[in-house]
Amino acid sequence: MAEAMLPLDARGLGIRFGDVQALRDVDLAIEAGRRIAVLGANGSGKSVLLRTLHGLLVPTTGTITFAGRAERPRSQAMVFQRPVMLRRTALANVEYALGINGTAPADREQLARRAIARVGLSHIARRQARALSGGEQQRIALARAWALEPALLFLDEPTSSLDPAAAGEVERIVQEIHAAGTTVVMTTHNLGLARRFADEIFFLDAGRLTEVTPAERFFSAPASREAALFLAGELP
Amino acid sequence: MSDILASFALAVRLIAGADRELRRIVSLSLEVSLAAALMACAIGLPLGAWIAVHRFRGRRVAIVFLNALLGLPSVVVGLLVYLLLSRAGPLGSLGILFTPTAIVLAQTLLVLPMVAALCRQMVEDGWGEYREQLTSLGVSPARAVPTLLVDLRFSLLTVVLLGFGRAASEVGAVMVVGGNIDGVTRVMTTAITLETTKGDLPLALALGIVLILVVLAVNALAYALREWSARRHG
Repeated sequence: MAEAMLPLDARGLGIRFGDVQALRDVDLAIEAGRRIAVLGANGSGKSVLLRTLHGLLVPTTGTITFAGRAERPRSQAMVFQRPVMLRRTALANVEYALGINGTAPADREQLARRAIARVGLSHIARRQARALSGGEQQRIALARAWALEPALLFLDEPTSSLDPAAAGEVERIVQEIHAAGTTVVMTTHNLGLARRFADEIFFLDAGRLTEVTPAERFFSAPASREAALFLAGELP
Repeated sequence: MSDILASFALAVRLIAGADRELRRIVSLSLEVSLAAALMACAIGLPLGAWIAVHRFRGRRVAIVFLNALLGLPSVVVGLLVYLLLSRAGPLGSLGILFTPTAIVLAQTLLVLPMVAALCRQMVEDGWGEYREQLTSLGVSPARAVPTLLVDLRFSLLTVVLLGFGRAASEVGAVMVVGGNIDGVTRVMTTAITLETTKGDLPLALALGIVLILVVLAVNALAYALREWSARRHG
């Protein structure tokens, strides 16, 4: 699956909302198998970058290619900070995503059950998704994304609205999804999570991608003054 | 005052005794109103949802037009349907003027803008919440329409019930196209009008009480459904 989608290459990516230039001249490459954390201060453009790479926002300038091709493959998924659950059971939410993805009706329940089992929530598969706790909903959202077996998974602040226990569980699942062969790109404000999880860091400052660097080097010797200030907690 | 009280007591007796004429009028009212509400919903719900999720040239004009139709005077709708169905009209050959079918048609046209406009607003609000997630899953706007209609079903059921209530309480258009013919097109609202002018207050009051009870029951059901849905689905 990764061969068809990756590497993802973005060149000269820019996006503008009215007077606000949210992203400018972003060049990046996402290689298969990576665990990338996108870091930056509030308003630096992290979520906009993820949404643009995922195709939810259309860039004002620049191009994105997938393994050299311009057509966007379906082999990607995204989990949001606050996932939206349909008013149906957790199982039916995952089945719905599989249906949209073209999975045959006869296979959907089995695949959905397997995905929910992988996130450790088989016992609540038949419960109404919206009645679940925030942590459980986020795990079901991960199951919904994982069931699609994406080559590339985008996560937008997946733990920021969760308590430490639920955040730890989500982190464990994300590691498992990566171990199963999915490339993961995640925005986060949690530097501890970024340290434990990422092998590569994209650092954004005011819409510019100022650092693309191995995680170890970023945390030990950030190249830019802004990144150093960010790590010191002196940027919001 | 004593006349009113006596009429009221007689009206209660008519209801309690399930008076034959009363039953016939109430049952025809409920039948045509339910049929009109269902027809209006069959067209109005998908139409409202479609306008909510699609972006097209003239969308704002369509929304303003739809909202404006909410204020359409019912007798004008009655007049239009009358012109359509009268012998010289384009649908005159159907021969359905002054039949329950004509009433259903007029009520449908009256309820349709309300159903479509309310549905559009509800689905548009829902689409604001769901759009990013559904688009991320690969759902097209066209595919989102049935998804949203199903997911917002309990809120939309309120629209269906309100549509029924609106149809049941309609008088002007129903009078024009139905003609208030005894045993054929006489419904609660037109019968109340007639009996009041005749001075037969007990029957008019009995019908009025039933009509109020129907509208109350419909609204109570809509409220209960919404509460139940909020508890169950969040």
